[in-house]
Formats: sequence, C-alpha cells, structure tokens
Amino acid sequence: MAYLELKNINKTYGQGENETEVLSNINLKIEEGEFVAIVGFTGSGKTTLVNLINGLIAPTSGEVLFKGKPVVGTSHERGVIFQNYSLLPWLTVEQNVIMAVKAAFPKRQKSVWKRKAAYYIEMVNLTPAINKLPKELSGGMRQRVAVARALAMKPDMIIMDEPLGALDALTRGNLQDQILNIWGKDKRTALLITNDVDEGIYMADRIIPLRPGPNATLGPEFKIDLERPRDKTEMNDSESFKKTRNAIIEYLMGIGEERKSEAKKEYVLPELTPKDFVNQFR
Amino acid sequence: MKASIALGRVTKFIGLGFLTSIKDLFTGKLEKEDFKNFLRKAVVPLASIFLFLGMWHLGSKSLYNIEAEFKIEKALKDQGQAAAEALKTCIASGESSCQPNTLPSPAQVWESFQSLLRDHNIISADKAAFIEKTAALNEKRIAAGKDAIVYTGRPSFVDQIFRSLQTVFAGFLLALLIAVPLGIFIGLSPTLKSAFNWFIQIFKPVSPVVWYLLVFMIVKTVLIGSTDDSSFTISFISVGLCSMWATLVNTAMGVSSVDKDFINVAKVLKLGTFQKIFKVVLPSSLPLIFTGLKITLSVAWMVLIAIELLAQSPGLGLFVWEEFQNGANDSNAKIIVAMFAIGIIGFLLDRIMLSIQNWVSFDKQDAI
Ligand SMILES: Nc1ncnc2c1ncn2[C@@H]1O[C@H](COP(=O)(O)OP(=O)(O)OP(=O)(O)O)[C@@H](O)[C@H]1O
Ligand SMILES: [Mg+2]
Repeated sequence: MAYLELKNINKTYGQGENETEVLSNINLKIEEGEFVAIVGFTGSGKTTLVNLINGLIAPTSGEVLFKGKPVVGTSHERGVIFQNYSLLPWLTVEQNVIMAVKAAFPKRQKSVWKRKAAYYIEMVNLTPAINKLPKELSGGMRQRVAVARALAMKPDMIIMDEPLGALDALTRGNLQDQILNIWGKDKRTALLITNDVDEGIYMADRIIPLRPGPNATLGPEFKIDLERPRDKTEMNDSESFKKTRNAIIEYLMGIGEERKSEAKKEYVLPELTPKDFVNQFR
Repeated sequence: MKASIALGRVTKFIGLGFLTSIKDLFTGKLEKEDFKNFLRKAVVPLASIFLFLGMWHLGSKSLYNIEAEFKIEKALKDQGQAAAEALKTCIASGESSCQPNTLPSPAQVWESFQSLLRDHNIISADKAAFIEKTAALNEKRIAAGKDAIVYTGRPSFVDQIFRSLQTVFAGFLLALLIAVPLGIFIGLSPTLKSAFNWFIQIFKPVSPVVWYLLVFMIVKTVLIGSTDDSSFTISFISVGLCSMWATLVNTAMGVSSVDKDFINVAKVLKLGTFQKIFKVVLPSSLPLIFTGLKITLSVAWMVLIAIELLAQSPGLGLFVWEEFQNGANDSNAKIIVAMFAIGIIGFLLDRIMLSIQNWVSFDKQDAI
C-alpha cells in the first residue's frame, strides 16, 4: 500500500461556461520515506495539486488516499510550506512557529511550546531573529520561518510548494541543503513542487513532470539513483545526471513545443489590405 | 542626533512633518534641494493662514460697516436726527452697548479667547478656595455618613471642553462596545449579515437630532422617578448610537474579508473556532476596525455639539447655545472661539486615531 496515493484525480474550477478542467487524470503513488519532486510550468496546476493533497480543496472526481484512508480536510500529519510563505504579519518569528506547535501539541505547557519552537527556529538558523516580525526579515529568512513552522507540527509528510522559488541562487542552494538535512534526519516522506529541474534532481528520489494545463496531467517519472549526500559539482560532471537532466528538459521542452505549435495554429490572420486614403482625396 | 531623528519620526507620524523643516531651518541643516520642500510644507501653510486671517478681517469690517449704517439710518427714521448723531458717536467711540452685532473680527475673537482664559483662572481659583474651605467640613460629613458638599459654581470654558470630551469618550466607548462585537458576529455569519443588513441600511443615515429624541423617549421612561440629571446619559448614548455605524460596517467587512492565505494557514494548522477568530481573523481585520473607529470618533465629536445643545447637557454645545441666547456684546466672538476649539480638538482626536491606526496596520506584502 502506498503512503500517499492519487487515483484518477480531476479538478475543475468554475461553472457553466467558465468551467475549466485544471487537472485531469492524475495518478501518483508515493512510498513512505520517499522524496518526490514534481516539476511544471507556471500556471500548470501545481498549487492546485498541493491543495488537493493537503486537504484544502476536494477533487471534482477521483480519490486522494493518505495511509490508505481518503483525505477529508487538513491534518497535522501533512505539513505544508505554502508558495507565498503565508506567515502571519502581526506575529513574530517565535509566535508564528509557536502557533504551529500549539496546534499540534495542544495539551502541553507553555514552556514546552517555547522550547519546541526554539528548537525548530534554531534548526533553520534563525535564533538571532526570533523576536522579529516578518516584515523585518529578508525573503530567505521568511522562507526559513515557513520551513520551521511546517516542521514544528511534526508532520509525517511534508509538502513544499515551490518553497525556494523567490530566492537567489546562493540562498537557494543553502536552503536546499538545510531541507535535505532535516529530511535525512528522520526520513519523513516529502513532496517538493518546483519549476527548477536541477533542484528536483539534486533533492529527489523521483522526479515527475506535470504537463501544462488546462487538463494538466503527470508525465512519465524519472528515477534519480544518485548516492546521498549528493555533491553539486560532482553531479554536474556525472554522466547519468546529464542524461536524466537532458531527458527531463527534453520532455518539458517537448511539451513546450507542443504548446507553441498549438498556439500558432489558432491565430491565422485574415487577409486585409489597408484602404488607399491618399487616392480618395485626389 | 538620535533625538532629532526621533522628533522627525514623531512629527511625521502625526502628520506635522513641516515642523521638522522649520527646525532644520534654524539649525542650518537645510540643503538646497530641501528648500522647495520647505517652501511647500512650511511657508505655504503659514502664508495661507495669514491670507485667511486677512480676508476674515476685511470681511468682518465690511459687515460691521453695513450693520452700523443700517442702525444709524434706522435711528434717523425712527427717532430723528439727534438720536442718529448720538448713535454715530457712540459707535465710533467703541462703547460696547451700541456696537453693531455681526461677524467679529480676528482681533475680537482673540480678545474673547483671552477673556475666557482669565475667566477660567478666576473660576479655578474660586473652586480651589472652596474645596480648601470645605475640606474639613466634608471629612466630618462623610464620617457622619452624609454627602459631601460639592462646588456648584458656573463652569468655565475649559471645564465645558472637558465635559464635552467626557461625553464624547463615553459615547465612543459605547459605540465601540456595541459595534465591534456585533460587527464580528455579522462578519462571521452570512445569516446574521442578511438579518442585520436592512437594520444597518435604515438606521445609518438617521440624523443626530432624531437619535437624540429616540434616546430621550427611552431614557426618560427607564429612569422614571429618579431625581438625577439624565442629560449626560441621554447625550452620550445618543452620540454613541449616532456614530457607531462606521465601526459596525468596517468591522463586519474586515472580518468577512480576511485574506484567503491566512484562512488557509488556520485550516492547515487546524485551529479551533475560538483560536481562529482571535489569532487570525481579528488581527487581520484590526486595520479596518480602526479605520471604522477613527470615523466613529470624528462623527461622535461632530454630532456632540448638536446633541449637547438639544439635551442641555453641559459642554461646548451648551456653551455655544447659551452664548447665542445671551446676545451679549462679545457673545459672537465667544461662539467663534468655541468653533475653533471644536475644530482643533477634532483635528487632534483624528490625529491620535490615525497614529493608532498606523500602528496596528500591517502590509500583507510584508509577510510574503
Ligand atoms: N480558486 C480558483 N478558481 C478558479 N481558477 C483557479 C483557482 N485556483 C487556480 N485556478 C486556475 O488554475 C490554474 C492552475 O493554478 P495553480 O495555482 O495551481 O498553478 P501553479 O502551477 O501553482 O502556478 P505557479 O507556478 O504560478 O504557482 C490557473 O490557470 C489558475 O488560473
Ligand atoms: Mg503555485
């Protein structure tokens, strides 16, 4: 039995004329302890997929099974890092994290909450900023608060929606390692949504492209059999990395080509010649 | 240096940024490019104040002349040449009994302002003396279980201002206590919203006078048989009911339109209803609630004068009414002093609320 299973998922937004099917026929299985990455273009329905899995929205048809049971609403077992961090701006770093600790362990004392929050804040190296408000933090720091908040619920599975999308390359690399470290410690199941193929290959065991929507669906999966911990410079030289990378990019580009040619077909300009104004007034 | 930065921040915060530029002028810190800024922020307002005073002065002078000529003409027609001549010299001499009654000039208003302050000093001294005199007696009376003797003299202008502030704060508090909780309930429940919508739409535009009459009808009966003066109660309740609508509407709107991302956070953390309201919904609607409270306070201050006047409740409204009835020589000038007091206090109240509002508001962009 798979840890997380999506069966023939369809998701449509809107009604009547405005109805669009964003996701169609999504099938996915993730095993316990696996790190899976999904890559896709912007607007292809990645966030929609994430929200289906964490229980914020329900599929139009099909089933989401978590540990064999259908997903109904959200659960502390699935932690989410939102695409736009979604920290509460009126709470400090500590208060934002404590909120999650409190939600997951409501029966503990305040000192326990504080200690747990401090532990996760230290884990993402934010102890010096513990009493700051989100607006006083840089983008990378905010992102790390979001990571700490998601981990503080001690979820069995962690779902990350383009968690590093807004960061510069250097910060991005650092945070990738931090996330992998944390994941490696107790091998929780992880799902990473990203638009960066290299990031997917560096971090995941399996990487699956999402065909652009409407009617987005998952493409063939690519297994990444590289040893962990992975080394970025070594990877860049490795033959198997290059092959996988090219294959994925070709697949995504292929989708891109398809999309472009579709778009081209639509716009055939009618033959029009401008009127000869000059001659009219002769 | 630190202090000057703090000053700059504070003055900017309360919207008196031009004070900093005046200060910079004296400390010689003004750069050339600051000069335009200084001109706009300090010189222009000052110039417009002088222009205003000048026009007021000229206007009141011409009104004075019209009124004086009319008076003399009337005397000539009714009582003959001699009476008209006498009136003319009387007016020219500045004798207070025969002055034309019209819009007072800025100088007269300033004079009245000072006389009101002198009056206040006299009354306060009188009051202090009275309290000192009765202190020993009052102690005995209280020990014997009797009521203390209180000062019942005429209130000064400053006392009236404080009475008005008391009334407006009591009314504001009432509005806050009714409108904020009710707004939260309405914002949370679409059912309550449709239940209350007609109610809000109908009562929102009702005028202060009608609110006063309504409250009067009810309070009069509720306090039947009581000998206490109910004018304060009636006026603060009317002020509260009259001004609470902006807060009610804004609170409901803030609560019903919390950002979807924050609601998603609450859902993912599986917060209970109580936690969700107090940790997510309320903080995120605080900026709108305070916008409502700011409007409420300024409306409360605006309608207060009319309601005090109707309720005969002590305060600036009653002061204005009494001066108008009084018709003494400097009554008009006193009314204008009251007008400025009302305007300036209203402005300050607005600024205070604006500062609080700036303080509680946040930019959602800040957390993304
Ligand atoms: N609540 C909604 N109602 C209607 N349409 C929606 C809604 N949410 C998303 N969509 C549409 O579904 C499609 C997929 O959106 P989604 O946010 O899942 O994309 P995404 O892959 O996460 O994009 P990005 O990489 O930019 O985050 C878009 O075309 C979007 O307009
Ligand atoms: Mg997205």
